Amino acid sequence: MIGIFASILDGILVGAVYGLAAMGLTLIWGVMNVINLSHGAIIVLGMFVVYFLTELTGISPYLGIPTGMIVGFIAGLIIYWVSVNRVIGRPILMSLLATFALNMIIIGLATAAWTTSPYNVPVALPGISVGNYTFTGTHIMAAIIAVVIAGLLYLFLHFTRPGKAIRAVASNRDAAELNGIPTRQTLSMAFGLGVALACISGALISTLFPFTVLSGEAYQLKSFVVTVLGGLGNPAGALLGGIALGIVEGLATPFTPVSWIPIIEFGLFVATLIAFPRGIFAFTRP
Amino acid sequence: MTTSISHDVAKAGTFKPRKGWGEEIALQVRQPFPWLIAIFTLICALAPYVLDDVSLRESLLLAAVYVTLATNLNLMIGYAGYVNFGNIVFFGVGGYIGVYMATAWHVHIVLAALAGGICVSVLAYVFGRGILRLRGAFFALATIGVNEAIQAFVVNFEPWGGATGIYLSMDAYEPLGGPMNALWLCYYLIIAVMGLSLLLSYGIKKSKFGLAIMAIGQNEDAAAVLGVPTPKYKAIVYSISGFLPAVAGALYFFKSGIIEPTSAFDLTTSIEAIVMLMLGGAGTVTGPVIGAFLYEELRGYLLFSETFSHLQLVLAGVLLLLIVLFVPGGLMGFLRQRLPFVRRWLQ
Amino acid sequence: MKTTAALLLGAAMALAAVPAFAEDTITIGFTASQTGKLNNDSTSQLRGFELWRDDVNAKGGIKVGDKSYKVKFVSYDDESQNTRVQQLYTRLITQDKAQFLFSPYSSGLVATAAIISEQYGKIMMSIGGAEEKTYKLGNKYLFQTYTGASKYLAGALDVLKKKNPKAKIAFVYEDDPFSKAVAQATRELAKQDGFTVALEESYSSSTTDFGPIINKVISSGADALLGGGHYADGSTLARQLHDQKAKLKWVTLLVAPDSPNFAKLGDAAVGVSVPSQWEPQVTYKPDFGPTPAEFTKEFKAKFNIEPGYHAAGGYGGALILQHAIEKAGSIDPQKVAAELNKTDVTTLFGPCKFSTDPKSHGLQIAHTMVLAQWQMKDGKLVKEVIWPDNAKTSDIMY
Repeated sequence: MIGIFASILDGILVGAVYGLAAMGLTLIWGVMNVINLSHGAIIVLGMFVVYFLTELTGISPYLGIPTGMIVGFIAGLIIYWVSVNRVIGRPILMSLLATFALNMIIIGLATAAWTTSPYNVPVALPGISVGNYTFTGTHIMAAIIAVVIAGLLYLFLHFTRPGKAIRAVASNRDAAELNGIPTRQTLSMAFGLGVALACISGALISTLFPFTVLSGEAYQLKSFVVTVLGGLGNPAGALLGGIALGIVEGLATPFTPVSWIPIIEFGLFVATLIAFPRGIFAFTRP
Repeated sequence: MTTSISHDVAKAGTFKPRKGWGEEIALQVRQPFPWLIAIFTLICALAPYVLDDVSLRESLLLAAVYVTLATNLNLMIGYAGYVNFGNIVFFGVGGYIGVYMATAWHVHIVLAALAGGICVSVLAYVFGRGILRLRGAFFALATIGVNEAIQAFVVNFEPWGGATGIYLSMDAYEPLGGPMNALWLCYYLIIAVMGLSLLLSYGIKKSKFGLAIMAIGQNEDAAAVLGVPTPKYKAIVYSISGFLPAVAGALYFFKSGIIEPTSAFDLTTSIEAIVMLMLGGAGTVTGPVIGAFLYEELRGYLLFSETFSHLQLVLAGVLLLLIVLFVPGGLMGFLRQRLPFVRRWLQ
Repeated sequence: MKTTAALLLGAAMALAAVPAFAEDTITIGFTASQTGKLNNDSTSQLRGFELWRDDVNAKGGIKVGDKSYKVKFVSYDDESQNTRVQQLYTRLITQDKAQFLFSPYSSGLVATAAIISEQYGKIMMSIGGAEEKTYKLGNKYLFQTYTGASKYLAGALDVLKKKNPKAKIAFVYEDDPFSKAVAQATRELAKQDGFTVALEESYSSSTTDFGPIINKVISSGADALLGGGHYADGSTLARQLHDQKAKLKWVTLLVAPDSPNFAKLGDAAVGVSVPSQWEPQVTYKPDFGPTPAEFTKEFKAKFNIEPGYHAAGGYGGALILQHAIEKAGSIDPQKVAAELNKTDVTTLFGPCKFSTDPKSHGLQIAHTMVLAQWQMKDGKLVKEVIWPDNAKTSDIMY
């Protein structure tokens, strides 16, 4: 019995991090109707930022997170002005391909630089043991940071001027423009923010699991699932979606072989898309 | 994509006196384009044999598979305007059904491949009725989900070898006259599938059904208002677009001698097919062919070149980005715009 | 217009296919996983090949009759991917005109490459492909130098029989041809030996989060864990087992702990054992070629790292091929294959003899394995041979 609780709790901890990973994807989608297929590559970028920072300076990986955010934000701005700006408002295929092209470029460059061999960020935090089960310190820490960052994002979107501008542009771009909001700048900021979030989640994931240049794809797929559960375009929903996914996985694990989990995951994904295209937790729009 | 929206929609909506199949075919035989397709296919089939060049055969085989994938994908993306991101699932499932039947039940590979194609088409129709209710990005995501879910299922499906996949014994090639003959046979069959794909693509483009599909691609709601039974037609074209890729999958994996989930349901190949389509020009018949050949050549060159092998992905990405940003009509779109005579000769 | 394009293309391809071998060289083609998840083990194997080539060429090459052929390698990076392997081996044969082939690393890739080598009738030395199924498909030109997968964990079961005959065993293994073959064969053996199978879980090759599986291992109350897969996943599994304080008394993982890099795990590595095809400490008396000690010394001098079994396997497999070519006095595949069929020798890598039964042709039937364990000696992690008894360098740590 305690095994099931341990499994669910573990699911929630990891789910919160997946929620954070999906938040950037869903924010960008909500604001500019673009599915960012370079999301996975950006997550990997975040991982390598932390890796090299800890390798070179020896500081705690958690201090690498702010750096990851800055790198991500700048990368986001560059990506936006290089490719996304021109495809906003064009058929969905164009934005999918434009961001996918960037994905190929980033992954290609990263592969040339760092190969596809696995990397590790060594972190040790004391865990909490309950009976025979141990919740590792890194998981707990990552979940806490994910929730804090989700909270900060909420505050930013609702209580600061640029945050409100992002929400205004998301809900009605023309009206926002008429009210004097510089929409292109706002869009680029939102994109930068979305990419920064992806980068942060990559930074967090690097403290949990080993990674390669190609790890991004798996996390990107996971982000899709979370995004759809939480409602496309809904950052608050993403955290809930992530945790919900964690609970589903945690619940299923003790009863099915672990290799069956992806079937449940993607089956749920397709079913949700067809039954609730707006997502299960779609109460609010940003 | 080549004519204005209102024009296509209007054509789809008006009722012309119905022509019989025979008459329709007789009309097309007088057109130059189907002959071009036939000649092209024949040259592809004979070139490696005449030149006695096995490595040419291997390159052409891969190119033919790409042409098949891109051309059939074109039916969905170029004609119907639905971005089928997980299109590789047809190829993979067809491959599994074909290889399984050929190894476990000793069915002749041609029959096994056809069976794979039919199963995939039927499944696609059923699934299509569900996921084609979604539009735009939602549909694209759903197709990715379907591909991943089916891959996850196959990984756990022991009769198909689970994650290990199915290995062919060399004996499987014996009824076809040994491995060498089997390789040639598979080559001819795949080239034939490529030719059929092109004829299918051309045939649909020229048919009334094709007009209706393109009307859906331009403006689905308008098409529905004008009397196109959109849910049914979309599911039909989805189902058709799965048939030949599935057949090609069965032949390809039979030829490879192994099928396993990661290579059968590789999302990257799916996206590569889209890249080829965009490179050549979506919505045209010739575009996917040019795109597929160019892409295969480029990729082959980059992979084996000392300097670029690590930058293969980067260059492909830059190319794709440039196309999307500056030449969204692809090479064919560009040529057709600049050179009017191209429009008459190449569809 | 299109047809001309096709013809031009055809001509271009034909031109690109200029044969690349001169009179007095033997071209050996192979792919290695220079990138991707198999990188660690494959690189080690590649170094074994390279050391052999340099040694042979330094001595004037392979002697065929009264002629000497220098060895030339043509190799590509297969990125640890199945799909790439077939394209590359086809290219090696048809364009690069490789006369002999070495296999890529890992059972899955070997099986894939073997289909091509058989289709074209080229001899391929399988090095790093332990799974037996591949050799039961009626192949004629494939020769295995490793001990088969089903025997990998026999040593671990032997140790458990001695230390805890009632052990509850959890099988946790990578879902790839090799690991699956090992686990399934061992599970049957374990049942016959009266052990309890507490849990059986397979995981995908790309798994990085073993948390859910480890929780299940803990819930199952297992004493011992057998399984793993290759380097990337195996080292992660060991680390997370340690982080989650799974109270296991015995852990044997495939492949990963054999690599010297495994020591980087620190405490998480202690006590972990690995079935090994070869260890630097072995004392085989080779019929030809360097002794294990000479090889180890030379390898360390060149690459500045201790050779694992993948490196020795690479060198040993290449030696066997050289031996067969020299005995055949020809580079004709049929004649060399006939010599390989007769092979019954010992090299630095150990004894080698291939099955000639048509149903399992090319399967290795002479080579044997050892079991090695990471132990803490004077504050330093060292890998000791603990099984079989006649080869052991240290006692079992249970």
